[in-house]
Amino acid sequence: MDAKDVLITFPELLLWFPLISGLIAFFLKKGNSAKNWALVSSFITLAIGITSLFFLDNKYFNLNNVSYYWMPSIGSSFALKYDGMARLLCLLNAIAFPLVFLSTYRQNYKNSNRFYGLMLLTQAGLAGVFCAMDALIFYFFWELALIPVYFLSSIWGGERRIQATFKFFIYTFAGSLLLLAGIIYVYLHTPEQSFSLNSFMQANLPGAAGKFAFWLFFIAFAIKMPVFPFHTWQPDAYEQSPTGVTMILSGVMVKMGLYAVIRWLIPVFPAATAGFANLIIWLSVIGMIYASFLAWKQDDLKRLVAYSSIAHIGLMCAAIFVINESGLDGVMVQMFNHGVNVIALWIVIELIERNFGTRKISELGGLATIAPALTVFLVIAALANIALPLTNAFIGEFLMFSALFQHGKFVTAFALISIIFAAVYTLNMIQKVFYGELNSGISATPVLGKGAVTALAVIVIIIFVAGVYPKPMIQLAQDSVNLFFNRLKGL
Amino acid sequence: MTIQHYIFLAVALFSIGVIGVLTRRNIIIIFMCIELMLNAVNLLLVAFSKMHHLAAAAVDATTQAGIDGQLFVFFIMVVAAAEVSVGLAIIVMMYRNTHSVDVNFLNRLKH
Amino acid sequence: MSNLVYLVPLFPLIGFLINGLARNSLSKGLTGVIGSGVILASFVVSVILFLQVKDGHPVTVSLFDFISVGNLSIPFSFQVDQLSSIFLLIITGVGFLIHLYSTAYMHEESSAHYARYFAYLNLFVFSMLLLVMGGNYLIMFIGWEGVGLCSYLLIGYWFKNVDYSNAAKKAFIMNRIGDFGFLLAIFWMIQQFGTLTFGEVFAKAGEMDAGGVVLVGITLLLFLGAAGKSAQIPLYTWLPDAMAGPTPVSALIHAATMVTAGIYMIARSNILYTLAPFTQGVVAVVGLATAILAATIALKQNDIKKVLAYSTVSQLGYMFLGLGVGAYTGAVFHVMTHAFFKALLFLGAGSVIHAMHHEQDIRNMGGLKKHLSVTHWTFLVGCIAIAGIPPLSGFFSKDEILAAAFSANIAYWVIGVLGAVMTAFYMFRLYATTFLGKFRGTHEQEHHLHESPVAMTLPLIILAVLSAAAGLIGIPAVLGGSHELQQFLAPVFAGSAKLQEAHHLSHSTEYMLMGASVALAAIAGIYAISRFSKRPDLEEVEGFGKLLQNKWYVDELYDTIVVKPLRALSGFLNGVVERSGIDGVVNGVGKLVNYGGRQLRLLQSGQVGIYLLLMVIAALVLFIIQLFVK
Repeated sequence: MDAKDVLITFPELLLWFPLISGLIAFFLKKGNSAKNWALVSSFITLAIGITSLFFLDNKYFNLNNVSYYWMPSIGSSFALKYDGMARLLCLLNAIAFPLVFLSTYRQNYKNSNRFYGLMLLTQAGLAGVFCAMDALIFYFFWELALIPVYFLSSIWGGERRIQATFKFFIYTFAGSLLLLAGIIYVYLHTPEQSFSLNSFMQANLPGAAGKFAFWLFFIAFAIKMPVFPFHTWQPDAYEQSPTGVTMILSGVMVKMGLYAVIRWLIPVFPAATAGFANLIIWLSVIGMIYASFLAWKQDDLKRLVAYSSIAHIGLMCAAIFVINESGLDGVMVQMFNHGVNVIALWIVIELIERNFGTRKISELGGLATIAPALTVFLVIAALANIALPLTNAFIGEFLMFSALFQHGKFVTAFALISIIFAAVYTLNMIQKVFYGELNSGISATPVLGKGAVTALAVIVIIIFVAGVYPKPMIQLAQDSVNLFFNRLKGL
Repeated sequence: MTIQHYIFLAVALFSIGVIGVLTRRNIIIIFMCIELMLNAVNLLLVAFSKMHHLAAAAVDATTQAGIDGQLFVFFIMVVAAAEVSVGLAIIVMMYRNTHSVDVNFLNRLKH
Repeated sequence: MSNLVYLVPLFPLIGFLINGLARNSLSKGLTGVIGSGVILASFVVSVILFLQVKDGHPVTVSLFDFISVGNLSIPFSFQVDQLSSIFLLIITGVGFLIHLYSTAYMHEESSAHYARYFAYLNLFVFSMLLLVMGGNYLIMFIGWEGVGLCSYLLIGYWFKNVDYSNAAKKAFIMNRIGDFGFLLAIFWMIQQFGTLTFGEVFAKAGEMDAGGVVLVGITLLLFLGAAGKSAQIPLYTWLPDAMAGPTPVSALIHAATMVTAGIYMIARSNILYTLAPFTQGVVAVVGLATAILAATIALKQNDIKKVLAYSTVSQLGYMFLGLGVGAYTGAVFHVMTHAFFKALLFLGAGSVIHAMHHEQDIRNMGGLKKHLSVTHWTFLVGCIAIAGIPPLSGFFSKDEILAAAFSANIAYWVIGVLGAVMTAFYMFRLYATTFLGKFRGTHEQEHHLHESPVAMTLPLIILAVLSAAAGLIGIPAVLGGSHELQQFLAPVFAGSAKLQEAHHLSHSTEYMLMGASVALAAIAGIYAISRFSKRPDLEEVEGFGKLLQNKWYVDELYDTIVVKPLRALSGFLNGVVERSGIDGVVNGVGKLVNYGGRQLRLLQSGQVGIYLLLMVIAALVLFIIQLFVK
């Protein structure tokens, strides 16, 4: 294919397709037609995502990059770039949504046309965040991804949804405002008054000005990830959102924060990053241990996974700030794998809740006797979550810890304690939910549903394939990570 | 007459207006006091405009300096006229409803 | 022929996949055949590889790039040399016998669970093979974690029992503490050497100063890993609890193979340890302390499997003693003989338990000699072997370690012999209480006493023969042998041998040492038999004996100083710091805004006069500010 004059590029496809199909979904009939529409749309997006993996080479440059004039008067252009990092995360985004739609196929949401419409808008927003090369566009999609989630959680969520989503919204919105302030601040210091990433990287921000802007950006991203101590919105939001939304929140959306740090924070503020790296690494590592401790005490499965997710994100954040090539490769790989694994955990939890009517560990027990398949899936997902070798998460964690070790031995030793606690809370959960005698309150024979089983089977395959043969995935991330480092050195 | 005389007169008028607004409860009086303040400002604008114009004209007879002050006065007069028409309408409505022109009767706006 | 290498782990993996995925449709017979057959196939390949290696062709096979980032490249590679080929034979050989034994032992299980059992067991063998065949530390670590997982799954195999799943959890978590050390060591090696491939690491380590901080640090961390996996102080308490698993599992994982992984790892890294004498000292002392501590506990246990479990811990302690004093061959030799006789003893115990309908308390046994004759005779062979009575295998391997300990430090030897005496005592106490004297069980149990089927007795007989004869490959020069094992393993330990000063004990000293330890062990054994065949320990023990029976209260101690404080801390963090602290601040900000709004609202009184007043005041204030500021 000649890539000279192309009709449409991959990032645009990944962006416009869910956006348009999401808007169409609003006008469909309630019930199954919207559901099916969303499922088909997400599969097409997945197909686009997979196809795009074959057009990585530089000769397809025109297929992967796009830039329109958007608001030339203030120096903003509609610029998207689809490099290795973006590809990995867009792939995650493209895989996550079909998995969510499949596994929740049996769930009937009220006003399903709006539910699925909002979901697809979220997908579009996420794709935009991952591809944007212009700060204003980035901010725009950042918000586009956030706002539908607010509505999804506050309309279709659990009992305390209003409170939880309000907290979530205020938290992330405060972060967004700081981000906007930071973007404008940096913009005013760019040489040619432009919002493009390149001119951001050339912005003249000496000393205190750089530090100030760094924190404006970092707090916004830290809230999104979330890093200790900005995390308290997360357990509440995960607990109260409908599970499908929780999957997206924890599987894909928290990666926005991490990705933004790699894309927008470190290249723009290399000096400030170097100055605060140690502080942030310690903060993240303390957060890891802290969250692991808390996960141990949770009775609600969703909260348990939420805290475990905070611990994992903490490691990723720490590894990013080491600014080491293998560490960053590890983070990229882990972002994808963590997303997939955590979705598997949510699917199992949602199956448990749907079949047995509760997510409380204390009200469950002995499920292995009546639900062996569910047990196998959860054990695999949970073990992948604690990064057992030959599962996908091990690769990333290994690389990240290894990078962290280059930064400091003690901080690594401290961080590694979390793998012990991860085993503690995970095995505790497995034991209390699945082993022992069947809890007397449970009688139903579980029905898993074809959609959920398919989704779980796919994830299990991904877990092992990516765990045994991680090379393609590492390679995908590696090229752009190399580029990232070359640019960083060039400054 | 020097500019100081105008300033003193304007300040005196303005202060009377302010005190009237603050101390009187009759809304019509308050209204008139507001007019008084506006006119104090008008007076100042005209006086300064004239002063600037004379200073500039001494150098260049065709100058238009200071004309903007007089323009503002027209603006203010127009706005004041509009305000009076709306304000009086409100007062009439108020009188119909409360049979009084005492502003303290208006505190029920708060709910 | 090097392409045979990957077949060794491939067969068990296939077995795992078939048994695991088709567990609902396979019949028990088929499951057993597949489960054992794949291990047999592995064994055959292992024998071929062994012969190849014996001819002097160690093989290294790289399958694919596992992790390759920047200048770090870790291939998925296998290395089969002298050391790993010995382990391959032990794992697949003993493994096959135990699989065979399991086909009969687990026959009461429903077919889905039966298949689950064999799937786990196959997966275990697969992981164990990865562990010993890995060509670098990362592949070793993969196997290392894999065996830990399988151990967890198999200890908790009867998952309905909460105690069993607690034991499984404990095993996994204690192993994770060890993994913590292993991983740190791996990261340190990456930083220091830039590679994890054995040969390259050892070559680069050889260029470093002996006794440097880096080497001591790395070796100590590796040893922490080994202590977790091989149940040494302070991480040994999981192993006795692990007896909750089915008995063949105890035999395979918790006696013959997995728990020796730590010894394998240190023997594999021998050059690092030789270069870090401080760590060697730590290894020796910890090994010795574990050997003696576990032996004292074993003296007073009444559960047939618990005695064997503590005996395993104790024997592992000896192996670490051997590693610590630089007797690498001796340690590997003891791993091998121990694999035979301890597997034998466990399987014998399994046969007894099977006959007694899941009775494990030896106080309710006795006189089983006449009902279970094959089991009895083979068990006796095992006891003699472990007690170190010549010419059975345990004598040669233990003697080699003790002799090396003697040349390192006489105190090591004295304590070591003391442990050996206790070993003989508790093993023969176990033997006598179980097989001799009168039957003390219920009438019904006695009625059902029967010898086990041939699938169970055949492995016993084979293992008995091996336990008796395996010592012959390591007859030391002093007894007129040529120590073939030492010659075979020499290339692996060549680097260390060069650095170690050779200790040559005179023949007379060696004779004296051997004589002393054998005589003492024999006396202890004979005393135990004569005493416990007549008067077994049936009453509750008091005083010091009670302390031993309760395992020195170490579990309780750990519970008090580690588990409970952590639990309390977790509760504190969850209840106070998270809820009132961090979330409190967040909610506090919200409340403050709310409160402020409510207070400010009072200004909005509705009095027009007040509004006007405020307006004027504000204008004046602004005016004044304008005047003075600027």
